[in-house]
Amino acid sequence: MDRIPILKFGNALLVTIQVDMHDRLATALEEDLTAKIVAYGARGVLIDISALEIVDSFIGRMLDNIAAVSRILDADTVVVGMRPAVAITLVELGLSLTGVKTALNVERGMALIQARLQTSESEDADVED
Amino acid sequence: MPTLRTDRLEIRSSDDVVRVRQMARAMALETGLGLVDQTKIITAASELARNMLDYGGGGLVLAEVLEQPGRRGLRLTFEDKGPGIADVEAALKDGFTTGKGMGLGLGGAKRLSNEFSIDSRPGAGTKVVIARWK
Ligand SMILES: Nc1ncnc2c1ncn2[C@@H]1O[C@H](COP(=O)(O)OP(=O)(O)OP(=O)(O)O)[C@@H](O)[C@H]1O
Ligand SMILES: [Mg+2]
Repeated sequence: MDRIPILKFGNALLVTIQVDMHDRLATALEEDLTAKIVAYGARGVLIDISALEIVDSFIGRMLDNIAAVSRILDADTVVVGMRPAVAITLVELGLSLTGVKTALNVERGMALIQARLQTSESEDADVED
Repeated sequence: MPTLRTDRLEIRSSDDVVRVRQMARAMALETGLGLVDQTKIITAASELARNMLDYGGGGLVLAEVLEQPGRRGLRLTFEDKGPGIADVEAALKDGFTTGKGMGLGLGGAKRLSNEFSIDSRPGAGTKVVIARWK
């Protein structure tokens, strides 16, 4: 079975979705990501969907699930590169992706993850003081 | 109303949902729909095909490029011989699901289309027709 590659990118994981997602691929990605977050102690997950021509409720649910599981494992999920036509369509579909953070591109998504890491580290420091 | 082109696809597995998106895309291009309209009708097609698969036991999708004086459109018909929907009005509401979904597909497909009609009776199957005009 084919799988979507997951790359280590600093303290985060980067997934670039390049194919039209079918169900088995979505399920495999959720499982693989969960295992890799734990294995690498990753603090963030970047999911690049710039190649996706549509996001339907099935793919939306997958993104939400990944974000929810990552959060429990102490990693932030940022979906990057959503096409404008996809964003417009998602709103009309009624999919709010409330649990998912978004950024324009991989660089900005990475910056978002690092910024959140820094605030949470300084908060930890405050508690220790 | 002249039909410029037709295509059809049987939905039997989740791979067919991917195929229906490809068919809808090709036909939307043929219709001359803009990028946002293409995206909307492909997304609606994906939702309705998945519903047929999840709840209707699979079915048939018919795609037609239509021409009327002054405009072109893409019409998609989703027909299954499944159990049907007992309360169509309830099923159209966001958040209503009898499965593990979010209950967005049917209402969302309606919002993403210029025309939407549904005919479903328990035991008789479900037929949904959507259209998007240029
Ligand atoms: N073709 C069909 N045959 C029988 N029942 C259907 C069919 N399509 C939809 N339904 C019923 O209507 C309900 C609402 O459908 P809808 O697509 O809005 O939500 P969902 O499929 O449950 O979730 P989502 O689409 O958000 O993943 C379904 O849960 C199902 O009970
Ligand atoms: Mg649905």
